[in-house]
Amino acid sequence: MTAHRLKSILESLIFISEEPMSLDRLCGILHEYDREIIRSCLHTLQGEYENPERGIFLAEVAKRYQFRTREENGEYVRRLVKTKSSRFSQSALETLAITAYRQPITRAEIEYLRGVDSGGVIKTLLEKKLIKILGKKDIPGRPLIYGTTLFFLEMFSLKDLKSLPTLREIEELVGEGMQEQQEELPLEDVIHTAIAETSAPVSEES
Amino acid sequence: MDIDFPIHNDGNSEGYDSLYKVKLEKFEGPLDLLLYLIKKSELDIYDIPIAIITKQYLEYIKLMKDLNLEIAGDFLVMASTLIQIKSSMLLPTRNEENPEEEGEDPRAELIRRLIEYSRYKEAALVLNQQKLLGRELFARSFPSDELASDEIPTEPLELDLFALIEAFRNILSKAPHESFHEVCAESISIAERINEILSLLQEKEIIAFADLFENGTDRDYLVATFLAILELCKLKLICVRQEEQYGSIWIKPAVVETTDNEEQENKDDSSST
Repeated sequence: MTAHRLKSILESLIFISEEPMSLDRLCGILHEYDREIIRSCLHTLQGEYENPERGIFLAEVAKRYQFRTREENGEYVRRLVKTKSSRFSQSALETLAITAYRQPITRAEIEYLRGVDSGGVIKTLLEKKLIKILGKKDIPGRPLIYGTTLFFLEMFSLKDLKSLPTLREIEELVGEGMQEQQEELPLEDVIHTAIAETSAPVSEES
Repeated sequence: MDIDFPIHNDGNSEGYDSLYKVKLEKFEGPLDLLLYLIKKSELDIYDIPIAIITKQYLEYIKLMKDLNLEIAGDFLVMASTLIQIKSSMLLPTRNEENPEEEGEDPRAELIRRLIEYSRYKEAALVLNQQKLLGRELFARSFPSDELASDEIPTEPLELDLFALIEAFRNILSKAPHESFHEVCAESISIAERINEILSLLQEKEIIAFADLFENGTDRDYLVATFLAILELCKLKLICVRQEEQYGSIWIKPAVVETTDNEEQENKDDSSST
């Protein structure tokens, strides 16, 4: 019976919350319930919303829970919301992808990987709160270092950074021909070169 | 093997001219263009014929010129890199110290960069295939400003300079852009704002960061206020706190504790005398 009530309480809390609800926050509010019970109730609730007849589902993003409209209804919701649909340019996506996989990363490192000036796109991503300044790198010039934000995970419906496909999986998409050669070109080396290029001189390896 | 870069799969563009015209804007940079040229000519990325690729690359740059497009400096840098690689491949590799050891292939770094770039390009595609909030999916949204917590924090977090700058950026972005040219603006000095903030703190004990910017419409005022806050922090006259991540930022006089100490000291003094 308590579990039954709990599920209903959770539904209300997540519904009314202005931002995705974390398990910690829910546990803090529902201190009389056991964490594991809350977790399992969330799963049940999530399962119930998986019914394709429902217009919303319980999404888990950035390890937090939020009700979202179903993908299939996107077209109709857009008619109502009339806000600018979120679309990203190729340069924004590339920069985001590089930041997501390589954070913490400096602007110079991003530019080395992309081969183009990325100042403008970094500024836009900062303004959209998809990336943030993490601090300064301890190398000459003390350049700013960037990383992705929680909002990035929310925006791209990701549970956490680990739920991004690994670069190895992406290589498989790129093609087998490249994959064979991959052993000879470990990623670390590439990055090492990239960082060495852009930062302090590194003593040459023999 | 078919590497599918969707940027190039518009299909029926056989003629060079039409093809270039259609694609022109779509290249993100020299690496993107090189990848395209390699794929189009079905070249082996691990054994790029530098002469062919340089020729094609330069043709493309020339075309950009002919079309009166502004050529980004990055494209020219790559052109010179290609030519440099080409010329160093023509020269015999002479390594006087270790004659047996072959020097590194001059193309190696370029190849590494191309492979690395193609990987992130693919990662970008994967990102774009995600269900995006605001594109495929929607969530209820509250106008966060109205709901921003006005409760005075109980257990504040220390916050770093970047959070403070971020908060200031938000305030600046809300400031209306001045649409006229003001000749004699009556500007406010940082010192004045410092005094104003200090006297406000005497009245109120605690002030929300955003409230300090409320009366300000012009950027001079906002900037003076922000610099005043930084200066006060530096002088250790105030402390700046944040209750939770992305929560409101609060400003408190830092003197509270020292006055306690002073009182303590005074007491000590009085007791000793």
